[in-house]
Amino acid sequence: MDNFIAARSQMAISLGFHIIYSCIGMVMPVFMAISHYKWIKTGDAVYKNITQAWSKGVAIFFATGAVSGTILSFELGLLWPKFMEHAGPIFGMPFSLEGVAFFIEAIALGFFLYGWKRLNKWFHWGTGVMVGVSGIASGILVVSANSWMNNPAGFDFVNGQYVNIDPIKAMFNGSWFSEALHMTLAAFSATGFAVAGIHALMIAKKQNVQFHSKAFKIAIVFGAIAAILQPFSGDISAKNAAAKQPAKLAAMEAYFHTQPYSPLTVGGIPDTANKKVNYGIEIPGLLSFLVYDNFKQPVKALDTIPVKNQPPITVTHIAFEIMIAIGSAMMLIGVLYFVAIWKKRSWLSKKWFLYLFIIATPFGFIAVESGWTVTEVGRQPWIIQGVMRTRDAVTPMPGIQYSFYLFTAVYVILSIAVIFLLKRQIKMVPELYDR
Amino acid sequence: MLYIVISFLFLAIVLYFLLGGADFGAGIIELFTSEKNKSRTRKTSYQAIGPIWEANHMWLIIAVVIMFVAFPTMYSTMCTYLHIPLLIMLMGITARGTAFAFRNYDAIKGENTQRIYNNVFVYSSFITPLFLGIIAGSAISRQIDPGATSFTDAYIFSWLNYFSVAVGLFTVALSGYLAAIYLIGEADNDHDARRFIIKAKAMNILAVVFGGLVFIASEIEHIRLAHWIFGNPVSLIAVIAASISLIASWVLINKGKRKIIRIGAGFQVTMILLAVGYMHYPYLVMIKGGQNLSMFAYHAPEKTINVLGWGLLLGSLLILPSLFYLYYSFQKKEIV
Ligand code: HDD
Ligand code: HEM
Ligand code: HEM
Repeated sequence: MDNFIAARSQMAISLGFHIIYSCIGMVMPVFMAISHYKWIKTGDAVYKNITQAWSKGVAIFFATGAVSGTILSFELGLLWPKFMEHAGPIFGMPFSLEGVAFFIEAIALGFFLYGWKRLNKWFHWGTGVMVGVSGIASGILVVSANSWMNNPAGFDFVNGQYVNIDPIKAMFNGSWFSEALHMTLAAFSATGFAVAGIHALMIAKKQNVQFHSKAFKIAIVFGAIAAILQPFSGDISAKNAAAKQPAKLAAMEAYFHTQPYSPLTVGGIPDTANKKVNYGIEIPGLLSFLVYDNFKQPVKALDTIPVKNQPPITVTHIAFEIMIAIGSAMMLIGVLYFVAIWKKRSWLSKKWFLYLFIIATPFGFIAVESGWTVTEVGRQPWIIQGVMRTRDAVTPMPGIQYSFYLFTAVYVILSIAVIFLLKRQIKMVPELYDR
Repeated sequence: MLYIVISFLFLAIVLYFLLGGADFGAGIIELFTSEKNKSRTRKTSYQAIGPIWEANHMWLIIAVVIMFVAFPTMYSTMCTYLHIPLLIMLMGITARGTAFAFRNYDAIKGENTQRIYNNVFVYSSFITPLFLGIIAGSAISRQIDPGATSFTDAYIFSWLNYFSVAVGLFTVALSGYLAAIYLIGEADNDHDARRFIIKAKAMNILAVVFGGLVFIASEIEHIRLAHWIFGNPVSLIAVIAASISLIASWVLINKGKRKIIRIGAGFQVTMILLAVGYMHYPYLVMIKGGQNLSMFAYHAPEKTINVLGWGLLLGSLLILPSLFYLYYSFQKKEIV
């Protein structure tokens, strides 16, 4: 394996791993705070049990999220020293603030996990809320660092020098809002659906139905609302990409030839040699409409971009299709849930209805992974869009493939361990909370 | 503002060394505890570090972020030439953090699984500070060689030398020492407290021995450590202060003065860090052939430093009080 490919793969696998834990780290504290609140208000012990059961699971995720995040903060330099040397002072602001947010999160988590018997109950609840608030804040901040790579701002690039650096402008670059919004919604819909799916499975198995129904409800309300909003926020992201990263948008849509009434291609496999898409369905004018709100205006296609500045098209397109397919499915399921609550309460206990959620358990996370693939692969060959090429940023040290194998092994082991531990948590629910 | 940023960097490193060091040390102590006492040591250290270990490790993140925002050249130099020890350290941090969480949160406390977690925990607690020390030692050992032509010269011998390894061992001993002192105060019975006192003394002797090794190794590698330390008054005073507090803590340890020896041990280690820190200040990374990266010459543009400085000041207003309250709340109370 070539050094450069190894470095990219290692970065991808590390981030792909971390994002799962960070989504959970952002959202589970919110769910716990809700159930904790209900317990304090109603005195219903089921809610207390839910909060405690969740918090044990979350502690495992937190440790894994924290170590994989620590790895990342070094990996940026280990793999991309040239990038960090120049970018650090420019896009470092969100990272410094993120450091503060993590710190507060870690402190609040210490109070929350170990404070059950000794803190004032409202103070204890407040520490749980703080965990959630600082988790979401850190997610937004780090995504702002990423959006700077897509849409660099806050410096001038003159003769290969980075001058007039303004870290605040860099942080509030033109893409930070759309990315942060889309990511936060993604975290809620992915975690919400995953948690709801697990509890739906337990309801379908008729185990501790009361416990699991209440837990299911908290998770799915958030998941469904976020899933319904997600396509709208995705539309904002796509418009933004069209304006700032036309190559990315064209690759996402596998759109080769610039033309008026630009078509949107649904599905299909791009044939890059012949510049066409096989087996796709073309809907004329829809791409123009999505980008410019009218059916006629031509969208810039890949033929306007030199080949050496084009991202890998097949990967970007397929990842995008997966995200859209899942996004539509999740939105639909979300709508069905609200229909059930308002009009068809009988659905809620039906097998088919539960199975809908069981099947959707991994959907959100698959969409998160493919969405990030779109964003990151779609940015290639740039590490800083239009300014620095990824190839020029990579470490000079040879043999990165071995570290890639090592990291892959570590992440595989950790994933197995976390799944194993989570299974044991769920298995113990009846014994611990069924009194 | 540059001074504020440098102070925060030093503060983060010292606090990571003290708090993170004590965390790692707890694992080192467990490693050197006889089978029959292991579970008691484990219980004490769980009570002591359970609520605070994640917060302790944030100091490392703060230090890294300050490095790449404010001193990017040094960060990228270290990341390039010390890639391998950094990688091993990261593996250590990962293994340790997860094993600690897993062993406490596994819903079923099976004997075999617990044994795996424990083994991973203690060995990674040993390896991580070893490599942290190696990295710190290498940064100032003048073995980093940007002109190197072979893989081994550039990426192996930059850190695999007597001096760096001696610093690594010294770090391990100090971590163990800090942990033992900390655990004396956390023990809930006299028998355990006495065990930790013995451990603290042993670690202290080891630290003195490895400290001596560091000096010997520096002579072998032609690093003028002795000259640096004894050649400037601040380092000299710091070393003397460290030695006095070392002797004082031997006396006080036997009297069971828990609070004071804790402060004394922290003071001792801070003084050691001050001595080595001051001697090569403002150079953070020293490169073969005499080029040194000074914090005054190789820092980020003014505006970045200002924003970072304000960020750190405001952040610490939020963090420090809540951190103290966390430590205060979990002092010496039973954890469930
Ligand atoms: C639950 C997860 C999820 C779902 C259901 C969707 N997305 Fe998404 N999408 C993400 C999760 C995600 C993400 C992982 O969070 C990304 C990667 C970077 C980012 O900010 O969000 C992303 C990126 C991303 C981008 C690239 C932004 C850029 O690189 O500048 C676009 C254009 C869209 N999305 C559009 C959509 C549309 C139109 C959806 C409607 C169905 C959609 N996404 C559903
Ligand atoms: C957690 C969500 C993220 C995921 C899943 C993700 C995914 C990926 C993937 C798949 C690549 C490889 C692209 C390729 O080489 O073809 C990559 C590269 C990279 N990402 Fe991300 N990314 C995430 C967030 C971030 C953030 C927040 C940052 C930094 C601020 C970042 C920085 C980088 C860098 C520096 C590279 C390597 C250079 C490059 O390939 O452009 N990523 N990421
Ligand atoms: C290059 C990119 C990234 C770096 C360097 C990084 C760094 C870190 C670090 C150091 C931690 C540990 C904090 C602790 O001990 O509590 C962490 C956790 C976390 N990260 Fe990341 N991160 C990156 C990408 C992301 C992305 C893309 C997101 C979200 C969208 C994210 C969200 C979080 C959250 C919410 C946590 C806390 C939850 C947990 O610990 O599980 N991070 N990250």
